[in-house]
Amino acid sequence: MSVGKPLPHDSAVLHVTGQARYVDDIPAPAHALHLAFGLSRIARGRVVSMKLDKVRAAPGVAMVLTADDLDRPADCSPSAHDEPLLSDGTVHYMGQQLFLVAADSHLAARKAARLAEVEYEEEEPILTVEQALAANSRFEDGPRVWSKGDAETAISNAPRRLKGRLEMGGQEHFYLEGMAAMAQPQEDGVTIHSSTQHPTEIQHKVADALGLPMSAVKVECRRMGGGFGGKESQGNALAVACAIVAGKTGRACRMRYDRDDDMTITGKRHDFRVDYEVGYDEDGRVLGVDFTHYTRCGWSLDLSLPVADRAMLHADNAYLLDAVRITSHRLKTNHQSATAFRGFGGPQGVLGIERVMDEVAHELGLDPLEVRRRNFYRAASELNEAPQHHDDPAPALPKDGDTDLASRGAQAQLPSGGAAPETGANTTPYGMEVTDFILHEMTERLLETSDYKARRAAIAEWNAENPVLKRGIAFSPVKFGISFTLTHLNQAGALVHVYQDGSIHLNHGGTEMGQGLFRKVAQVAAARFGVSPERVRITATDTHKVPNTSATAASSGSDLNGMAAQAACDTIRDRISEFLAGLHQCKPSEVRFADDQVHVGGESLSFEQAVKLAYEARVSLSATGFYKTPDLKWDRIKGQGRPFFYFAHGCAVTEVAIDTLTGENRILRTDILHDAGHSLNPALDKGQIEGGYVQGAGWLTTEELVWDDKGALRTHAPSTYKIPACSDRPDVFHVNLWDAPNPAQTIYRSKAVGEPPFMLGISAFLALSHAAAACGPHYPALDAPATAERVLAAAKRARG
Amino acid sequence: MTDIAFLLNGETVRAGGAPTRTLLDYLREQKGLTGTKEGCNEGDCGACTVIVTDPEGGLRALNACILFLPQLAGRAVRTVEGLAEGAALHPVQQAMVDYHGSQCGFCTPGFVMAMAAAHAQGRTDHDDQLAGNLCRCTGYAPIIRAAEAAQGAPLPGWIESDREKLKTLSAAQTAGDAAARADAASGPAGGRAPYEPEAGQGTDATLTEAPGFIPETADELAAWYLDHPEATLIAGATDVGLWVTKGLRALPETAFLNRCEDLKTITREEGRIRFGAGVTMTRVLETLAAPYPSYAEMVRRYGSVQVRNAATIGGSLANGSPIGDNAPALIALGATIHLRRGDDRRDLPLEEFFIDYGKQDRQPGEFVEAVSLPEARENFRVYKISKRFDQDISAVCAAFDATVENGSVTAIRTGFGGMAATPKRAAAFEAALTGQPWTAKSVEAALPALAQDFTPLTDMRASAQYRLEAAQGLARRWFAEMSGQRTNVLEVQP
Repeated sequence: MSVGKPLPHDSAVLHVTGQARYVDDIPAPAHALHLAFGLSRIARGRVVSMKLDKVRAAPGVAMVLTADDLDRPADCSPSAHDEPLLSDGTVHYMGQQLFLVAADSHLAARKAARLAEVEYEEEEPILTVEQALAANSRFEDGPRVWSKGDAETAISNAPRRLKGRLEMGGQEHFYLEGMAAMAQPQEDGVTIHSSTQHPTEIQHKVADALGLPMSAVKVECRRMGGGFGGKESQGNALAVACAIVAGKTGRACRMRYDRDDDMTITGKRHDFRVDYEVGYDEDGRVLGVDFTHYTRCGWSLDLSLPVADRAMLHADNAYLLDAVRITSHRLKTNHQSATAFRGFGGPQGVLGIERVMDEVAHELGLDPLEVRRRNFYRAASELNEAPQHHDDPAPALPKDGDTDLASRGAQAQLPSGGAAPETGANTTPYGMEVTDFILHEMTERLLETSDYKARRAAIAEWNAENPVLKRGIAFSPVKFGISFTLTHLNQAGALVHVYQDGSIHLNHGGTEMGQGLFRKVAQVAAARFGVSPERVRITATDTHKVPNTSATAASSGSDLNGMAAQAACDTIRDRISEFLAGLHQCKPSEVRFADDQVHVGGESLSFEQAVKLAYEARVSLSATGFYKTPDLKWDRIKGQGRPFFYFAHGCAVTEVAIDTLTGENRILRTDILHDAGHSLNPALDKGQIEGGYVQGAGWLTTEELVWDDKGALRTHAPSTYKIPACSDRPDVFHVNLWDAPNPAQTIYRSKAVGEPPFMLGISAFLALSHAAAACGPHYPALDAPATAERVLAAAKRARG
Repeated sequence: MTDIAFLLNGETVRAGGAPTRTLLDYLREQKGLTGTKEGCNEGDCGACTVIVTDPEGGLRALNACILFLPQLAGRAVRTVEGLAEGAALHPVQQAMVDYHGSQCGFCTPGFVMAMAAAHAQGRTDHDDQLAGNLCRCTGYAPIIRAAEAAQGAPLPGWIESDREKLKTLSAAQTAGDAAARADAASGPAGGRAPYEPEAGQGTDATLTEAPGFIPETADELAAWYLDHPEATLIAGATDVGLWVTKGLRALPETAFLNRCEDLKTITREEGRIRFGAGVTMTRVLETLAAPYPSYAEMVRRYGSVQVRNAATIGGSLANGSPIGDNAPALIALGATIHLRRGDDRRDLPLEEFFIDYGKQDRQPGEFVEAVSLPEARENFRVYKISKRFDQDISAVCAAFDATVENGSVTAIRTGFGGMAATPKRAAAFEAALTGQPWTAKSVEAALPALAQDFTPLTDMRASAQYRLEAAQGLARRWFAEMSGQRTNVLEVQP
């Protein structure tokens, strides 16, 4: 069967030969125009005057548009209608789009855009957490607060207490393919090619900007050159701009951001400050904990509310907390609007509690590993009751033409059920019973294979002998909740055709950004028909084939689209079975599809023969498939319910070395054990784990975003913003799959794997903290990203 | 003659237009060869890597995004579309498929080209060979597995056939004949007819840029530059490239130096090594690996293979960057910079060349002809601190050299980058250590003097405080290393 095989990425050969086509590689139609934005050079204030004569007169320029030139307001927000395509005169961040240039080449447009003469009335920008709090500049009325038990009392009654603060930076996605879009005007609408994780949202925003019904806008995406969340909402502006100019000129339009523009304009991972106060006992058992999250959301709402929610939802990570309060401040600042990025707030929440475990262990002189294990949720194997699943109440959704219902930032959702807290003894801070926890067993195995304890002891000896260099080692776990927390997004569609020659055309709502989704879903389709995967033709995501798709996000791609594709395939297969059963006077259930053959009534037909017969018998060989995740209910205001279908797990041990004279540091070895359920494709899943780990470690080490005190992003290109390079991966890198079936009924009992491994990079950060702690008796209180500068500062703090 | 000729995937092509047109734009916009990708347009990500073969047969990986067409005159370019032979994938391509080396695939063509270049040269130091290629998906592990798997596989036939074909591309076909170059020495725009813009080329800089001058010798360059002192001299274009792709500057007059073979010589005389200004950093690294391992290691880290293959030692000094890593090392080594204007030549201690931020002691029409440095210095070490080890600009670069006699420091030279507006010696620190016993205590006692020498800035690379602390830390490291302590975090084995 094709499922479970380590098949290569569907486009592997196209990738290595340069034939894989990305949006900007699509040959431009004749007379195509190329677009560029003119960007604001202040972070906050008003445009007093904007002289664009030189822009208009620049060589090759065909059109220049400001907000006043638009026939109807064009908005790019995925949530709150607060992102005008072009500024209305108010400037909210440095890099905001003020005007739009269309020219006959990309270079001509870029050059012209720099010729504007803009006068501003500058205001003091709100940039820091302190400034935002002082100005009460925030989204929502006040902080969101969720709690379980009485954290305050538990902390004050605890035998030991500590409090601290952790600062963690944001992260630039640095997808290798920058943002790109192309619009081709049609006689009654427009076709958009977009590098997007969310074609339906592009469709919605373009339709809204042009005053067209969604049915008149077709959005296609064959592949992205990386997404990581950065292409969930941030591509809207390019597609909308191209569509508007295409509409005005009748010419095809294309747009790509130069890398510096991309980094200057688009949002990044949310940075967080986490204040924590914890009460604990002598064994390191956490009795009560109080977290306060402060996150700088940037100038517009975008997806910040669900991101900040997910940070709260992962403030427990793998630990059973009896008394906990989480307060979350979503601050509005004059920066790029922070957005989705792999983990979607989860990593920030997880890092907060991992810091608490690390510091508690340090104060007690215990191995942090032991403190972690003592605080773990109870193992699934120890729980008496079977997992409880509930009927989906299927709430009615409000009708609102302007709301992008398919966005994670959608505002008008109703709570998806009664959401009474579950009462078991193994519940999360948001009242969800944890019934599938397997980290006890996984940890045990990883400690053996990584030889953690012996290495930790050897490191202590080595450190005693080496005054300049120090080593560190750390274990960290992850438990990550799988589902969109906006419940209604947990749906997917697929469209499958079987042609009369036996070839299969597969389409679904998921997008391919490198994660191998298309291959995995094709493996599912091939398995349902019992045919080899080569027979399944993978096709571009297309809003005219499968409508109303959710973003390929939240690690949900194969869970949702695999199920939808299975449903579509099974519909066709069942029709063929029924027809052949009638022909052979047997039961449909006795028709078997395997080995590119159909076995019925003791006879074996080739798949082609079976399909040909069905076609001649006028059996429909085309079907849609649909899936919605069961058992979800969630009230985000109360912070109560069952937002996740299941949890995915993983754990890692990382060893590092630091130089205590300069803070220079590197990762030496990493061992990972990750839970991908019954993997649909172990090669692709391992690729997600290795890549996720390195990206997570990059977030916490070399990747530093720096804004100056005017609000200018100073790290806006790879010359100044440093994602991990080849030699930054661990010299020794062992990655294994846990490979046990998902107890939840997912596609072939697999688990989502896109985001969870990102958080394994936290073990690298904790190992650096451990190495710094070797410099002295005090807790090093390392902040992130752990650049050489911060590691040196942490080593100094350790010395005291 | 109006344009230059070169081989593109085995076929001769002629290209004209603005001399600052990049190979990447030419490939993608004019030739429809979209396999070569634009990832950053500044030579930092490697997605645009191509293989260029020189007339002498040498083959190297280069970044097409900061490679101007005139630099290709008489050379052979291979893009990812020309790597496979028919249906047979190149061994590195096949290995990338077999080992799951691509995910989103956007960086993959660049990786494949860098891997193919390394494969052709028999290189197995894969981390270094691929340091200039960024991948955001895979975490690199499967790519390295692929590179290892392809080691030793047979070479593709096009390598030899490109070399053969290059021999028949005459100088007249490539960069203009002697008569044209003689014309070039007179006339405001170099005496040549402007390039004819080709179809589909847009309205770029053609209106404002004169055709690039492509001299064959330093003498030709010297004569022409006297008449065109405002011109921009372009060797590897790893810096000037960004003026164009990021600064969007038009360069009214340009000369491209990479056909001046006499600027590429390395000679040794009277205990000194003399590098012609056009020697690439790749060759500098190879040459200095034995006498100055720490220098070679610094060069290995400061630019990727693609950048080192283009960048020249002359270019790295002539641009006067306060954060370039070459200058501090060379200053500490007591290097001399050799300048030429017409037929006049003069020599300067390198530290005197750097006058102030953006200002060097270079007269109109004068250019860097060579750099020379001592052949060996026992106590010399250079270190760089950056956020990322490979291919990153230093927050601090520090170089030290001391003469120690009878246990005392009799002479010391230092060079620091990232600490001031120019690369600089630390005079107070040097004075504090001179005449002192060569001990940790003396070094420790001299450290505060660094705060007299430098008032560094806070920027996106580091804070002022850290720069000073790190500079002091590097001085400590220098002594610790000379005394045999373990100091290099890169040498710690898991």
